[in-house]
Amino acid sequence: MNAAVKPPQNHVERARTMPLADIDVSDITLYQQDALAPYFERLRREAPVHWCKNSLYGGYWSITRYHDIVAIDTNHKQFSSDHTNGSFVLDDTTLNAVEGGIAMPNFLGMDPPTHDDHRMAVSPIMAPANLLRFESLIRSRTKDLFDSLPLGQTFNWVEQVSIPLTTMMLATLLDFPFEDRARLTRWSDIVTTRPGYGLVDSWEQRTAELMDCLGYFQTLREQRQKLPPKADLISMLAHSPAMQGMTPTDFLGMLVLLIVGGNDTTRSSMSGSAMAAHLYPDEFAKAKADPALLASLVPEVIRWQTPIAHMRRTAIEDVEFRGQQIKKGDKVVMWYLSGNRDETVIERPDDFIADRANARRHLSFGFGIHRCLGNRLAEMQIKVLWEEMLGRYSKIEVVDAPLRVPSNLIHGYLDIQTRLHA
Amino acid sequence: MPKITYITSSGVEHVVDADSGISAMQAAVSHRVPGIDGDCGGVAACGTCHVWVDPSWLDRVGPARPGIESEMLALTDGRTPCSRLACQIELADAHDGLLLQMPTDQH
Ligand code: HEM
Ligand code: FES
Repeated sequence: MNAAVKPPQNHVERARTMPLADIDVSDITLYQQDALAPYFERLRREAPVHWCKNSLYGGYWSITRYHDIVAIDTNHKQFSSDHTNGSFVLDDTTLNAVEGGIAMPNFLGMDPPTHDDHRMAVSPIMAPANLLRFESLIRSRTKDLFDSLPLGQTFNWVEQVSIPLTTMMLATLLDFPFEDRARLTRWSDIVTTRPGYGLVDSWEQRTAELMDCLGYFQTLREQRQKLPPKADLISMLAHSPAMQGMTPTDFLGMLVLLIVGGNDTTRSSMSGSAMAAHLYPDEFAKAKADPALLASLVPEVIRWQTPIAHMRRTAIEDVEFRGQQIKKGDKVVMWYLSGNRDETVIERPDDFIADRANARRHLSFGFGIHRCLGNRLAEMQIKVLWEEMLGRYSKIEVVDAPLRVPSNLIHGYLDIQTRLHA
Repeated sequence: MPKITYITSSGVEHVVDADSGISAMQAAVSHRVPGIDGDCGGVAACGTCHVWVDPSWLDRVGPARPGIESEMLALTDGRTPCSRLACQIELADAHDGLLLQMPTDQH
C-alpha cells in the first residue's frame, strides 16, 4: 500500500486552533518533526499572504500559494534579493555580516546588472557538451557505489549514498583535489548553520572554518590562473574578465553559492528518493516496469522533496499584494515547500506519483532571473540514481524514522536507516 | 488551425496542428514536441521554451518584448535577434506555416 506520511496529530490540532497571527512556519522544531503540512495548509486557505510578527528572524511575510510565489519570484524590481537590501534567505546571519555572521555576497543575492555578469561567468559549466561529459562520469560512479552497498543489512543512506555521490560531483565541477573532498561537505554544512545546532559551537569557529575554505580556494585559483582555461568552475572564475577584480569577500560568496547551491540540494533529492521509494512501493514497482516513466519521476521526486524550503526577498518599496500592505524593507518569504503542496494547482500534492502529468510544473528550482542554474545537472544525477535503484532492487526499505536537518532552508535528512532488497 | 513546424537542434521537424489562441509553447507541450519543456506554465519565468523564429517570419511574429521576456532570454544560451519565448507567442490563423527552430539545450 502507498501511504503518505501523516503529520503528528498534536500539530494537526494545534495548527487548526491556534490564532492565525501566532503561526510561525520558520520554527525549526517543526522541520525536525516534519510537522509543517497542517500549518501551511491553513495559511494557504485562510491567510495566503501572512504576517508573522515575532520570530527568531524578526517579522516576515509568508507567501504560500503556488501562483503568488511565481508572482513574487518574477518581480525582482520590487522584491529584491540583493545583499545590500537584505538577503535571499530568511536568516540574515547566513550570508550577511550581522550578529556573528560574515558577508558572503553572491549573484543569487544580487539584482541586475551585476547578477547577469556573474551568472554568465559560470553558466558555461552547464553547456550541453559538459553535461554529456558529466553523465558518463556520474553513471560509472553511481554503479561503483551501488556495487559496494550491502543487501539485507541496514545502513545510513544519507552517509553512504547521498553525500558521497553529491560530493564527488561537486569535486568534479570545481576540479577540486579528490582526496580532500570531505572538506567540501563540511564547508557546505556550516554555511547554512548557526551555533547551537550541533555543527559549530561558536560564531568564531564558523568564521574560522569559512576562512580556511577561502584560503584553500585562493590557492587553487592562483594555480588555475597560470594554466590554460578549462571547463571547471574555478578555472572559469580565474579566467573570466568580469571576475578579475573580485575581492576575497566576493570570492567566498561565490564559492558558498556554488558549494551549497549544488550540494545540499541534490543531496536532499537523493535522500528524498530513498524515502519516496520506501513510502510508495507501488510507484517504485510501476517505474521498475516502465523506465520511460523516469521523464516524470525525476521532476516529481524533486517536487515532492522540495530541497530548498524557501527563498526570501526584501520589498524595496511599499507594495500592495493580494490586499496586504507590504512595507519597504519587509522580509517576504516564498515557501516553495507550501507552493509545491498547493492543492489548487497540483492534484494529490502530498503523494509521490511516478507518472504524474505535468510533473515539470513545480517550484523547487524557483523562477525568474534567479531560476536554478544547475537544474539540468541535478535532474541528470537523480535520473542516473533512479536507473540504478530500479535496475538493481525490488524494494528499498527505510527501517526507522528518519532524522531531519534542523533547518527551515535546507529541507533534507541526516540519517535514513535503509535496507536494500534484491 | 495554423500548422506550426518545430525544428529540433538535430534538424528533426515536428509539425503540429495548433489551436488558435493558445501559445506556441502550449501547442508544443500538448503534442509532446521534444525540446520545449514549459516548466513555468507559460509566464515567461523559466526560459525553457526558447525558440528562434525563422527570419522570414520575424516581421509577423515580432521580436521579444522588453521586460520579463527579454530578461529571461538574456539568461539563455544562444540568444539571437530571432529569439522568443514560445509561451509569449499567441498563435493565430495568420501563423499557418510558422517555422520555429529550437536551441540545443533549454534551462
Ligand atoms: C535538486 C537540486 C537543486 C535544487 C532543488 C536547487 C534549487 C535552487 C533554487 C530554489 C534556486 C533559487 C531560485 C530563485 O530564487 O528563484 C537556485 C539557484 C541556483 N542554483 Fe540550484 N538547485 C539545485 C541544484 C543545483 C546545482 C547542481 C547547481 C550547480 C552548481 C546549482 C546552482 C545554482 C545557482 C548558481 C543558483 C543561482 C542562480 C541565480 O541567482 O541566477 N543548483 N537553485
Ligand atoms: S514556459 Fe517558462 S518561459 Fe515560457
